[in-house]
Amino acid sequence: MSLLTSAQVARFAAHGYLRFDAIVPPEMNARAIEVLEAGIPAVPYGTPLSAAFPEGSFARELVELPAVAGALHSLLGPEPTVDHHAVHVREPREGHAQHLHGDAIIDVRPDAFDVQLMYYPHQVTAEMGGTLIVPGSHLRRINESDPGRYQNLRGQTRLTCPAGTVMLLHHGIWHGGRRNDGDTRRYMFKIRFNPTVPQVRLWDTADLADPAVVAELSTAFPWYEQATGRLEIYNRVLLWRALTGDETFDIDYWVTRVSNRPAVGSTA
Amino acid sequence: MRQQVLALYLSTSALDAHVVGWSLYDGTGRTRPTTGDGDEPPYQTGLDALLDGWRLIQAAQLIPPYPGHEYDTSFLKHEFLFEKLHADS
Repeated sequence: MSLLTSAQVARFAAHGYLRFDAIVPPEMNARAIEVLEAGIPAVPYGTPLSAAFPEGSFARELVELPAVAGALHSLLGPEPTVDHHAVHVREPREGHAQHLHGDAIIDVRPDAFDVQLMYYPHQVTAEMGGTLIVPGSHLRRINESDPGRYQNLRGQTRLTCPAGTVMLLHHGIWHGGRRNDGDTRRYMFKIRFNPTVPQVRLWDTADLADPAVVAELSTAFPWYEQATGRLEIYNRVLLWRALTGDETFDIDYWVTRVSNRPAVGSTA
Repeated sequence: MRQQVLALYLSTSALDAHVVGWSLYDGTGRTRPTTGDGDEPPYQTGLDALLDGWRLIQAAQLIPPYPGHEYDTSFLKHEFLFEKLHADS
């Protein structure tokens, strides 16, 4: 199992997702579509991951790939539960895209998050309309399809990727299946995971003090409004404090400044 | 008359601020804009849309944050709706 670095987890905290290109080996991708078309048996909500998929099954093999298992452990800890899974198919030339949305319902937990794994068994070209993802949208408080009015946001990611790519997404990320203008079906397999332990320092923290961590957490996205973009950094600092247990962490004094309330008679 | 509606989301409440998001709904039926269909906005600022003949029909109000929710983020705040009218043909 290979754990994520602090810089990678900081990137997740800022972007709301991590992307692993071609992480699934070609021999698995080659049999994936047949497996997905046959259907993957439903798993009761809250099933421990180790009991969710039978030994030797495709899904089990996927989540036990060392890089996938390591990333899941780094974000969720040991033995997360499987919330649900689904095979998503975008039909060729279907004529419309899915509206921008967040999955499930509004979910504003400040110190816990679910992770959604998205696996693409084949290459996704621009024509095939890969998943639309809005980087840095995961901390916005919206409910499901309410942001559907927004068609395009600056800096959005219109996913194109090689076969075997895996994305891990924070539950709050805004996303949608884009219109498939190609001639072939587009497949994506999704699993939602719930943590069962506090999500504090679960990754390889050797690089916690590396400047790359603050650099990742300071990322500004082109669709942020000028003023609200500052609040995004504020909220990201709070998320990083929760993830690290470090209540003194800050970026450019954003949280510290507005928390400073000297008591009457204080000489501070 | 047929209506085209353009929604521009701007960086600040100023109409000449730069565009951060956009949507187009075409009542003429000539085009079928949809989610995630482009990476470049049709205009750089709201003012650019006016200069190209779009008529502003609604601007987002400036509403102070609710007490206790000053640091929450949610929908884009600076939404401007424009229209163009086309004669039926």
